[in-house]
Amino acid sequence: MGRYWSLLFLLVPVLGTALFVVAYDEHSRPLLNHWFPKDVSEYGHVIDNLFMVILWLTGAVFIGTQLTLVWFMWKYEANVSNEPAKFTHGSHNIEVIWTVIPAATLLFIAIYQLNAWADTKVREPNNPGMTVEVVGRQFEWRLRYPGPDKRFDTPDDLFSVNELHVPVDEDILVHLKSSDVLHDFFLPNLRVKQDAVPGMKIPVWFRATEEGVFDLVCAELCGWGHYKMKGLLRVESREAYNAYLAELKKQQHLSAMTVGEDES
Amino acid sequence: MSTASTVDPHNQASGGHAPGGVSHFIWTYVFSRDHKIIGLQFLFSTLIWFLIGGLLALAVRWQVAWPWGEGAPFGIQGMPVLGNLFFAEQGGQISPEFYTMLFTMHATVMIFFVIIPILAGAFGNYLIPLMIGADDMAFPTLNMLSYWFMWPAFMVMTAAFFVEGGGPAAGWTSYPPLSVLTEAAPGSGAGQTCWLVGITLVGISSMMGSVNYLTTILQMRAPGMTMFRLPLTIWSMFITAVLQAFALPVLTAAGVMQLTDRLIGTGFFLPDGATANNMPLATGGGQPLLWQHLFWFYSHPAVYIMILPAMGMVSDIISCFARKPIFGYKPMVYSIAGIAGLGFVVWGHHMFVSGMNPFLGMTFMVATMMIALPSAIKVFNWLGTIWSGKLLFSTPMLFALSFVSMFIIGGLSGIFMAATPVDIFIHDTYFIVAHFHYVLFAGTAMGVFGAIYFWFPKMFGRMMNESWGKLHFFLTFLFLNGTFFPMHILGVVGFPRRLADAYQYEVFHNLKPMNEFITWCAIGMVAAQVVFFANFFYSIFRGKKVGRNPWGANGLEWTAPSPPGHGNFDFQPIVYRGPYEYASPEVDTDFYPQTQPPPEEAIPEAEPVAST
Repeated sequence: MGRYWSLLFLLVPVLGTALFVVAYDEHSRPLLNHWFPKDVSEYGHVIDNLFMVILWLTGAVFIGTQLTLVWFMWKYEANVSNEPAKFTHGSHNIEVIWTVIPAATLLFIAIYQLNAWADTKVREPNNPGMTVEVVGRQFEWRLRYPGPDKRFDTPDDLFSVNELHVPVDEDILVHLKSSDVLHDFFLPNLRVKQDAVPGMKIPVWFRATEEGVFDLVCAELCGWGHYKMKGLLRVESREAYNAYLAELKKQQHLSAMTVGEDES
Repeated sequence: MSTASTVDPHNQASGGHAPGGVSHFIWTYVFSRDHKIIGLQFLFSTLIWFLIGGLLALAVRWQVAWPWGEGAPFGIQGMPVLGNLFFAEQGGQISPEFYTMLFTMHATVMIFFVIIPILAGAFGNYLIPLMIGADDMAFPTLNMLSYWFMWPAFMVMTAAFFVEGGGPAAGWTSYPPLSVLTEAAPGSGAGQTCWLVGITLVGISSMMGSVNYLTTILQMRAPGMTMFRLPLTIWSMFITAVLQAFALPVLTAAGVMQLTDRLIGTGFFLPDGATANNMPLATGGGQPLLWQHLFWFYSHPAVYIMILPAMGMVSDIISCFARKPIFGYKPMVYSIAGIAGLGFVVWGHHMFVSGMNPFLGMTFMVATMMIALPSAIKVFNWLGTIWSGKLLFSTPMLFALSFVSMFIIGGLSGIFMAATPVDIFIHDTYFIVAHFHYVLFAGTAMGVFGAIYFWFPKMFGRMMNESWGKLHFFLTFLFLNGTFFPMHILGVVGFPRRLADAYQYEVFHNLKPMNEFITWCAIGMVAAQVVFFANFFYSIFRGKKVGRNPWGANGLEWTAPSPPGHGNFDFQPIVYRGPYEYASPEVDTDFYPQTQPPPEEAIPEAEPVAST
């Protein structure tokens, strides 16, 4: 085989790049929907774009270094290269160059991310259109809406399980909790992910921009039933959302009468 | 016995001698205190566990491709072998808790029983005394104990599968409260206790090893072997031992805390007001996140424990088969040290979405970005080493070059998850799985294969078959990329790890064909290892016999007999130069062993170093 081994190594950048291109292309038949799930949030595109920035940068380095490796393997194989091996222990200048450039690039990437991180995890919305408490519990999502008085722990709190209704185009603030083990509140279509930790109340916020039904996934191992801890996010108009709350209130009132006591 | 050992003050410590007669065999080959035998013991044990870990991985892959065995090929019902063994009544269909046990044990076995002990235990033990010109380790008895402490760990970990409730099922990270509450999951009973005991024993073994490596490298180098004449293999082993020594106590302490939480009712990791199975907990007042901090304070440096020695060995192999000095020896050493230093301040990047203070996430992001730098420097220096060389594509060289190629992928994909906003989406998805398999399998395991082919002639005095070796390389290289590369794409879609059946979710529904493809490649990859095992065992007995230095390499180990006898060297090695003086104009041969005295007319040189 000799120098032809380099061709095997050439497959890595060629097929690797091809796979990413085909997956990225929305119209490629074999890998339809093999890229980011449809973004229905106001902020998701920021995360997607940051991913793409890093993908372009690392992709260039990936292709460059892999091709260099292949080229050297092809060119300097013992039987084809007539030159004697170069007796050198390195070069100070080259080391400085390939230290400073990556260092600057990496620092740039890090600083470039900070604002998006602050927006998603630090700058909590001041006037959320709606607040909801989500409590992970083996193996379901317990939901609590504050009711008309917009305050929790009052008699008009509304309860539900697994199906989270939110109004479209409004800031949603979630108080994320867990009552037993770790869970993770993952909304793939909104690029939201946050662990639920027992003993902590963690704020999560997002704003959905499109009506529809989307997956709510538990993304932190929580026991044998982890895989079926499936919820739904239903994004709907403000009117439909209000109607849903009213319906919920009616049902709760009925069940409270039958049981004869308030469950809260 | 060597003449070296008669001048060596450590001779008393190095004996593996025991009263002769019947027990001679036991003391020579079983409870041996000879570093080479101990190294081989580690090698054989870890290779067996490698096979077990690989088969566990196939079981995981089977479930991911064909959940509950539905639609499995060849009309197979449920899961092959394991299904029939444990779930015969259910027609071989495994339970969801069994799936969590499978991936928990796959990771545990691969990390604690394969990668860490094969690098430090097998190659560290075998190579350190030989490469620095010592006749044995500084503390041979401690060395023996470090191997024999692995056995109770092997036993309790195996037992974990058969205790009531089954094996540990909280993932290899063992996050509380799931791992602490016996009510929380079937495997959180006795299985989890076994797991904690096993990990602690592995830790004790590693600690004894690292104390030994540090002392040996600092104290027992041959005359002339200055620190900057050490091969990079030894530098990486040295820095790995430092990492072990400083990080391991934290894991051991955390493990004991989790044990007391489970067994005697402390509440380090249990918060107030939590419940399990609708019952309030008896204890509380702790913090689940505390475990994550302690665990990753060890386990992030452990990630480097699992790669640095492979980097060192790959550097030696590449320089030897490029017939050219390593490019930038000192930058290589400094970058190993840099990785180790930064390795202690980046653990928080495992916790970006854990609920940790988001401001802390920013600090950890910057530190994590910077740790990519020394890794990049190493890659550039490897490329610089093969530039203008005379490359020989022997089996070890192919594996070493594939390490470089694959490590580039694993290194670059790390940048995505270091970026906190991007990590929000890809955290706990297959993007992460792709990343660490590129580093640990495609990187470290390929480096280890290269090292086995490279040092096999020293270990057994015979060569491994080159054609079989290349076939093994070809198949492994193809299948590993087929297995791990598409996982990046799964991750971009958000496909989560650790789900027994993810296809019920609308967004992941269409990923099944890709997962089936991955599973087929994984099966091919494990099957290809048959070539390796056949070659390995055949060559031990029937391989071509070789002399001391079959590769024309410079290191001290190649001046000892193959295999080296007790005490290693049959002369006192004196070191004149670094280990990478290939193609030196001073001599006619293209290699220049460290022990070869300089020619008369040559002016005695200072140690050759990169001009930094």
